[in-house]
Amino acid sequence: MSNITNQSLSEILESVKSKKISSLELTQAYIKNIENAKKLNAFVTTTFDQALENAKKFDNKPNNDLLLHGIPLAVKDLFCTENIKTTAGSNILNNFVPSYESTVTKNLWDSGAFLLGKLNCDEFAMGSSNETSFFGNVINPVGDQLVPGGSSGGSSSALAADLTPATIGTDTGGSIRQPASFTGTVGLKPTYGLCSRWGIVAFASSLDQAGPMTKTVSDCAIMLEAMSSFDEKDSTSINKKKETYSKNLKDNIKGMKIGIPKEYRVDNMPNDIDELWEKGKKILKDLGAELIDISLPHTKYALPTYYIVAPAEASSNLARYDGVRYGHRSQKGKDLIEMYENTRSEGFGDEVKRRILIGTYVLSSGYYDAYYLKAQKVRQLIKKDFDDNFTKVDAILTPSTPSSAFKIGEKTNNPVSMYLNDIFTVPVNLAGLPALSLPAGLDKQGYPLGLQLIGKALDEQKILNIGYAFEKNCGYKNEIKKWWS
Amino acid sequence: MSLDKEKIKHVAKLARISVDEAKVDSLTKDLNSIFKFIEQLNELNTDKVEPLTSILNQSLRSRKDEISDGKIREKILKNSPKKSEEFFVVPKVVE
Repeated sequence: MSNITNQSLSEILESVKSKKISSLELTQAYIKNIENAKKLNAFVTTTFDQALENAKKFDNKPNNDLLLHGIPLAVKDLFCTENIKTTAGSNILNNFVPSYESTVTKNLWDSGAFLLGKLNCDEFAMGSSNETSFFGNVINPVGDQLVPGGSSGGSSSALAADLTPATIGTDTGGSIRQPASFTGTVGLKPTYGLCSRWGIVAFASSLDQAGPMTKTVSDCAIMLEAMSSFDEKDSTSINKKKETYSKNLKDNIKGMKIGIPKEYRVDNMPNDIDELWEKGKKILKDLGAELIDISLPHTKYALPTYYIVAPAEASSNLARYDGVRYGHRSQKGKDLIEMYENTRSEGFGDEVKRRILIGTYVLSSGYYDAYYLKAQKVRQLIKKDFDDNFTKVDAILTPSTPSSAFKIGEKTNNPVSMYLNDIFTVPVNLAGLPALSLPAGLDKQGYPLGLQLIGKALDEQKILNIGYAFEKNCGYKNEIKKWWS
Repeated sequence: MSLDKEKIKHVAKLARISVDEAKVDSLTKDLNSIFKFIEQLNELNTDKVEPLTSILNQSLRSRKDEISDGKIREKILKNSPKKSEEFFVVPKVVE
């Protein structure tokens, strides 16, 4: 029982169901882990009392038919939680207590889970290392000098350190898949529109999508099944029948066609990543899949496109932080305009300000056509690259990131070098597709590396199945030493 | 194109963010390096490409124009930094 927290969500669910462990004992075990892991700085807020109450309530009246029966879960602090402070990693929301619950978290609670705490993240999900959070860096459990990736860095760190049995993040340009890759965990960015955006602090609305972060592919299927739903309150939510991903998980991938895009071999990519990609190809081939060389010619333009579209949408979304209705308000300034300017200057960090300025500039009069319209056109070409290839292949295999976890402070002085981290993940967001990052091995330093499976829109089941087969044959096991406790 | 300090101050004004004079230089440098990166897009001829405005193959749903919740004034005012009775309070706008 002492080792319950290093098990997978599926195993824990089984133990709760068979009464090997109570929900209360489980919750106490996680609380103990969290209290011993303050060094990682993964949590912004903990809700232990409420979690213990919920666990007792479950034990008194267990309902094991629910998908997440009796499970305590910590979630990224970008999801609004009713009566629980929600900060988005920002000073401007440091005092914000939502009076409503996001649809995605409500779905989790309706499935029998309950909240353990809120996880640190890059400010407004803008970052690739969790270094832009107002609440400080998060440490990667893999090593005390390493970033956990971002923006869902608190989520990846907490999951890999056994502080939550599974978690959820959001992914606008790679914010689930890159931290999953950096911590040796599984992360899925679903098809745009599969999980409701309602109640998630908005960053770039045409790209934002919530998704699961888990220890195994089966866990990922369970979490996706629980969190996804059609939602009338999200105007871009897809109206379709709920799928049972976990029940339909199959490891037979014989005859599947896997595309290998030549554009994902970039200059200066470490050999380790190339070798890992080769290993991934071999595993899928040995399982009976057919590898097909493909071309996604506009790949190199995805990041520049993203750095127009995302800041443009962010500058519009973040206009709401005016110090009037909620959030921080400056005490300085002699009139309304100065109050706005000081509020936003004090409330936002440097990276957020930078992106608001980029977005404001590319949308400003006289520049719209040169930047925003141009980016929308290139986005069309990027989407077409994928559409053309998905007539020939079932899924696409690529590395998740161009490097393993880097050191804290290593890239903070050069925004473009930080942005380049998302080079393999961003195209998927621009095209609205689902993609799964799978832990696949370690580099020479012993740091985890991930491979990415990209699917057709709404083809989550297929990439989960391929991932499931891959996981069984990859032989990767995440063995992190608990140096922090 | 390159952004000079004056341009950046103007954009900051549009975005309603006051910029610390001491930080303008580093901000100018960072934004110019980002724009240099972004402007790779100019290599592509997109004259005949339709802009992508939605990645979903569906048009936005419409709904009946009717109140679906309501009576939540207190909830809406709850997080306001400054309020008076039923109103948000802002610095004086009209003399």
